[in-house]
Amino acid sequence: MRFMPVLLCSLGFALPHAQAQAPLAAQGCIGCHGPNGAGMASVPGLAGRDQAEMVAQMNAFRANERPATIMGRVARGYSEAEIMASAAYFARQPR
Amino acid sequence: MTHTLPRRALLTAVPLLAAPGVLHAQAQARLLVIGGGFGGASAANFARRTYPWLDVTLIEPKTRFVTCPYGNLVLAGARQIGQITHGYDGLRARGVRVVHDWAAGIDPAQRRVRLAGGETLTYDRLILSPGIALRWGAIEGYDEAAAEHMPHAWVPGDGAQTLLLRRQLEEMPDGGVVGLAIPGNPFRCPPGPYERISMIASYLKRHKPRSKILALDAKDAFSKQGLFQDAWAALYPGMIEWVPANRDGRVTRVDARARVLETEFGTRHSVAVANVIPPQSAARIAIEAGLADNSGWVPVNPRTFESRVAPGIHVVGDANIPGPMPKSGYVANSTAKQAVASAAALLRGEAPPEALYFNTCYSYVGEEYGISIVGIYRPNAEGTAIAEVPNSGGVSPRGSLPEQRRLEALHADAWYESITKDMFA
Repeated sequence: MRFMPVLLCSLGFALPHAQAQAPLAAQGCIGCHGPNGAGMASVPGLAGRDQAEMVAQMNAFRANERPATIMGRVARGYSEAEIMASAAYFARQPR
Repeated sequence: MTHTLPRRALLTAVPLLAAPGVLHAQAQARLLVIGGGFGGASAANFARRTYPWLDVTLIEPKTRFVTCPYGNLVLAGARQIGQITHGYDGLRARGVRVVHDWAAGIDPAQRRVRLAGGETLTYDRLILSPGIALRWGAIEGYDEAAAEHMPHAWVPGDGAQTLLLRRQLEEMPDGGVVGLAIPGNPFRCPPGPYERISMIASYLKRHKPRSKILALDAKDAFSKQGLFQDAWAALYPGMIEWVPANRDGRVTRVDARARVLETEFGTRHSVAVANVIPPQSAARIAIEAGLADNSGWVPVNPRTFESRVAPGIHVVGDANIPGPMPKSGYVANSTAKQAVASAAALLRGEAPPEALYFNTCYSYVGEEYGISIVGIYRPNAEGTAIAEVPNSGGVSPRGSLPEQRRLEALHADAWYESITKDMFA
């Protein structure tokens, strides 16, 4: 509980910006990967996964180094910053 | 785990603590959404999830929404209409005020919307997602009465048009011809007519294998053409004849009762079932509010989707001119979120966020056989137009790839479940 004031400050000023920005880069994913990236049937979940692992997978999709149905075509449309931000967002979501 | 609860409580409390003065004013900000389809429902849901300080009202005349996507699977008999019908309780639970009334007119100068029921609503920002109008009479003889004989099944409404076409397919004799009239660009769902051809063929192959499909097109090329034609040759050999405009495919006149489709150069095709997908425009409310240009569609700012002529009105979904993007449900969903984010930013006196638009359209062409087109788009540096991101997107690979086709059909189902939850849950 002693960390509360610190949390309050950092959330209070960081959160509105993060809410407005990070989800927009990640919103395109949600149309297939389920609410908050929770996964949907054949499409794997992104929520709660390791950020670095997701970034590495996206880079492999971009380079055609990982087999894909559509993700190679998708990954090449995103900038590195957008991939980082989206992966950070999904890593924070509860599984 | 013990930190979970206090942290969550903090998250909701933070906006009130951060800047009470600004947020007090924002708490009054009214976001009005017209149209409860892919653009409007996505906008209302996203607005409540992301900007809890927005007061969100959705105007939609129907209490149930039947999706265009997966309507072709109803024609094939692979889905029931109830499986593609959605209600608005999820949006209500998110705090959206849902008004089931007809938006009769917009006064852009006064920022007011008049409802058919008599109420007048005011807004600070309007998200207008009214969909399309079918241009009755653009094909001679094709009006609302004709659609009772030759269904369009392109604006599902309560599902009656889709069910009428399904019933006609069930009632036609084996060996009959199903005729389709397909419009020129632009129109709602570019791959849709060709998925429809495929799904009708899938039904006929199983139940009426001597029947044929005659697809009369006002274009010379279409979306995912190679993939569709490969699949037709493999799955439905000899069943489908596609006639492009340059081979007299453009239907210009119909006789609905006689079920005759007549083309530009006077060829009369007598068919057992006729599906006429007529030319389209933005829905009437957008045109009456003066938002459309001579094309019948609404020009918008590539970054905010705000109307070029009416400040404060963001036009999303099939009614707008989306640059190189297709008029698809996914684009409506993606641009609706950008429009809401832009509206929220502008209400706070901030710059709209950087835009990134996303599309994937899956099409079913047979059982366990799906194909897709992907597109990722951004406004150009000047903000004057939208362009596809180079070296990204594109269609599924061609060739004999059964596992790819099977997975894409599964992913199509996952897309449908995901995006309808994003809209309605």
